[in-house]
Amino acid sequence: MSQKVHPYIPNMVPEVQAEMLKVIGVESIMELYSCIPEELQLKENLKLPPALTEYELRRHIEGILNKNTSTKEYVNFLGAGCWQHFIPAVCDEINQRSEFLTAYAGEPYEDHGRFQALFEYQSLLAELVDMDVVNVPTFDWGQAAATSIRMAARITGRKKVLLAKTVAPERSKIIINYGTPTLEFEYVQFDTKSGAMDLEDLKTKLTEDVAALYFENPSYLGFIEAQGQEISNLLKANESLMVVGVDPISLGVLAPPSHYGADIVCGDLQPLGMHMNYSGGQAGFIATHNELKFVNEYPSRLFGIVPTVKEGEYGFGDVAYERTSFAQREKGKESVGTQTALWGITAGVYLALLGPDGMQEVGQTIMQNSQYAVQQLNQIANVRGSHFESPFFKEFIVDFNQTGYTVEQINKRLIEKKIFGGKDLSLEFPEFGQTALFCVTEVHTKEDIDGLVQALKTSLAK
Amino acid sequence: MQRIQRKSNTRDFHQAKWNEPIIFELHQPGEKGVELPPVNENVALSVGDGTSAIPASMQRKNKPNLPEIGQARVLRHYLRLSQETLGSDFNVEIGQGTCTMKYIPKINELLVRDPKMMELHPLQNEETVQGMLEIFYKLDLCMREISGLDYFSFQPSSGTQALFAMASIVRKYHEQNGEGDKRDEIITTIFSHPSQAATAAVKGYKIITLHPDENGFPDIEKLKAAVSERTAGFVVANPEDTGIFNSKIKEFTDVIHQAGGLCFYDQANANGLLGITRAKEAGFDMCFFNLHKTFAAPHMCGGPATGALGVTAELKEYLPAPIVEYHDGKYSLKNDLAHSIGKVRSFHGVAQTVLRSYAWIRALGPEGLKEVAKMAVLNNNYMYHKVLAIRGASAPYVKGHRLEQVRYSWEQLTQETGVTTEDVTLRMTDFGLHYWTSHHPYIVKQPFTLEPTESYSKEDLDEYIHALEQISKEAYENPEIVKTAPHNSTIHKIDEQDYLDNPDKWCITWRTYLKNTKAYDLVK
Repeated sequence: MSQKVHPYIPNMVPEVQAEMLKVIGVESIMELYSCIPEELQLKENLKLPPALTEYELRRHIEGILNKNTSTKEYVNFLGAGCWQHFIPAVCDEINQRSEFLTAYAGEPYEDHGRFQALFEYQSLLAELVDMDVVNVPTFDWGQAAATSIRMAARITGRKKVLLAKTVAPERSKIIINYGTPTLEFEYVQFDTKSGAMDLEDLKTKLTEDVAALYFENPSYLGFIEAQGQEISNLLKANESLMVVGVDPISLGVLAPPSHYGADIVCGDLQPLGMHMNYSGGQAGFIATHNELKFVNEYPSRLFGIVPTVKEGEYGFGDVAYERTSFAQREKGKESVGTQTALWGITAGVYLALLGPDGMQEVGQTIMQNSQYAVQQLNQIANVRGSHFESPFFKEFIVDFNQTGYTVEQINKRLIEKKIFGGKDLSLEFPEFGQTALFCVTEVHTKEDIDGLVQALKTSLAK
Repeated sequence: MQRIQRKSNTRDFHQAKWNEPIIFELHQPGEKGVELPPVNENVALSVGDGTSAIPASMQRKNKPNLPEIGQARVLRHYLRLSQETLGSDFNVEIGQGTCTMKYIPKINELLVRDPKMMELHPLQNEETVQGMLEIFYKLDLCMREISGLDYFSFQPSSGTQALFAMASIVRKYHEQNGEGDKRDEIITTIFSHPSQAATAAVKGYKIITLHPDENGFPDIEKLKAAVSERTAGFVVANPEDTGIFNSKIKEFTDVIHQAGGLCFYDQANANGLLGITRAKEAGFDMCFFNLHKTFAAPHMCGGPATGALGVTAELKEYLPAPIVEYHDGKYSLKNDLAHSIGKVRSFHGVAQTVLRSYAWIRALGPEGLKEVAKMAVLNNNYMYHKVLAIRGASAPYVKGHRLEQVRYSWEQLTQETGVTTEDVTLRMTDFGLHYWTSHHPYIVKQPFTLEPTESYSKEDLDEYIHALEQISKEAYENPEIVKTAPHNSTIHKIDEQDYLDNPDKWCITWRTYLKNTKAYDLVK
């Protein structure tokens, strides 16, 4: 037989195949395909490029990847839902472990470690958000928000959902597609000077059919919404639920939404130890109080700690499994399946490494760096470091309206200086004109920020 | 020293057992896990402490109640937990039928850790991510050829999310044609994944579930009776989770099309079909592949993953945006799709999975892909033959060959010995093997589903078969040993279902455990 045996396919060895065919009682493998009608069988091989050996493959892929310029090479100020943060080496060590990398849906026995690591993740994140229940992570913040909202609608038996107009537009697309056609959505306006929610508009729209209001804090546009408690009071009086999306890395310094009345909290785990991976690091979390009405509405798996027959052993299992689509198909709560478990484990490792002081310190450093950036940007003629007057966490809207340049033009010039400028907001929020959402975190040095300011000065002077 | 002589055909195995505390129990006040990048002195001088800017109402008053643990202790804890996890790299992973557990090439893991992959921001200027877009586009081309469909999106991040995206496209398509309200039913089959029905229901559809005929085939007469002007779409896996291929699939899609519905194909069970048969020829309008199953991306304890979603040219404008295009030597992102459902996941999906699957396809080439399918089918039929010879085991429905997996039954074993498939699950762990029963509902009584993929050698298959034989023998001779399993696992049997189903007892977090401790005397 002339065909080479592929290293990934051991039974291509002709003698072995012959032996197996004999056991089955057929002459050739293609006989096993007799169930597929002739007219559905391909007559020719697929038109795909030829196979590469491992070394050739490495050269090929690395050759393609070399066309990329990464944030290791250029200084990056992009955020807007995927953020560059410091990643402890232990996070990578753990999520690259063969056992965790290749495990899937084993039982609580042979996968005891997977269950424990995810239970611990739930428990660690619960402390950060100060709530009692956290799910095994879902796809991303958008899915977490979309599910949180549907949970709220089922709990209240209502159909109308209010969204803050400052919610990330890309996230709103996920939320609205996920809620349609069951739910109706309406936006609540904001104060154009501060970004804060327009409470008068909220009162007008807060009719008796409103299931929930969803807003983000810190907002997509970076500012901190200070009216959490007032918003919560209005919702409670209307028996509507408050769903708040949050950046978890802010919670060492910012009050978790449960402290100002949130019923359901959601967000993205990516800042807690995940590389950006061109958006492959996103993972969504949902947290609630430990009340039956909430727990019963989760579609996600929820791992709980249980005893075994032997004293002194922890075991784990699925809490209230009967709610899920695994158990009930279309009668279950939404759907469950493969989501982002490995990022949950990694976020747990991150929180265990940072501890209470580390979470506080990272939040503080981020705020100092971002405030410094705005302060320095304000020194540039015709540039406003922050479009909003209100305080912000790690992102802020830089206003270039007075420069005479578009954000697109400015960002092109910054790339020439090896800087990725902020996200152009002129399409998503045209009312702000030429503005960009910049992100500054603990990874940015003073030199990085000063370099940005210098690059902008020279670019805008041209 | 003597060579190891195995006394039996099963492995003398014991899983790692570290008896690790819960991470909060490792707390030692003052210990530190990692040092963070410090703030620059001059920055601090310029802006002060930074946090004073937070409005009083939004200041966190108490530090989060996280443990303080030194770095080596954190590492050791998680390494021990990893050892207590039986990843597919370690075992003959054929007991998770439907999950297509195959070899995860190490070269791909090395490639995804390239900083030019890991450290890319999804909003970078297209000029600076030409390599990344090229990989998306080239995988799209491969997928088009493998499926016969015309465009792919890699935004859905699992099979379930791809199913949801397809149900969303069905709705948008009918709305576009003015039939959104009229067409409110989606038809599926009972041996398809639960997510097919569940995601269509999320999208507001009424679900019609077809049960098989006496041979296990989806029933064309039942389909004809189910279709009407209310039919929005038909979603099915083929082969279904039984490993039975519906040879009349083209008739099924024709019936749906004549009724005005769309056909979408769950290709979670595609491993035996690569290079053999395609979605296009079977008449499907859409399909998806699990890159983390068929295309050798790792399962990662349950994601992140990718459900690669393919559509015909007619449905291109409905895809979640953006998609990658190639013109005049440049790759670009196309956002303006006229009828786009919007988004199902942020940005572009899980790029690492896209890279891994592209690398895997390139490592195999067209001949290799076909060999994957053929060996998956060979391995499965070899096992099928051997398993049917085990006392108490059977495979309901059609006789003859199956494709890449089989849903078996221990009904006879249970009747004769009292040992159930759930008991077998636990005993298999004693031999270092996974074994999964099946999705609910258990239409096949006492079910288990084996999918041996192309990755396992005959010797590997024999090891798995020997373990099943051993357990069958035990069930007839000494059922107690099976019923009290596991014996060689990290932990012993969980005996209190009440702790998982009783709201007063369940503890989804450690803090709840601590709050409940008096009522919940777990550790004495």
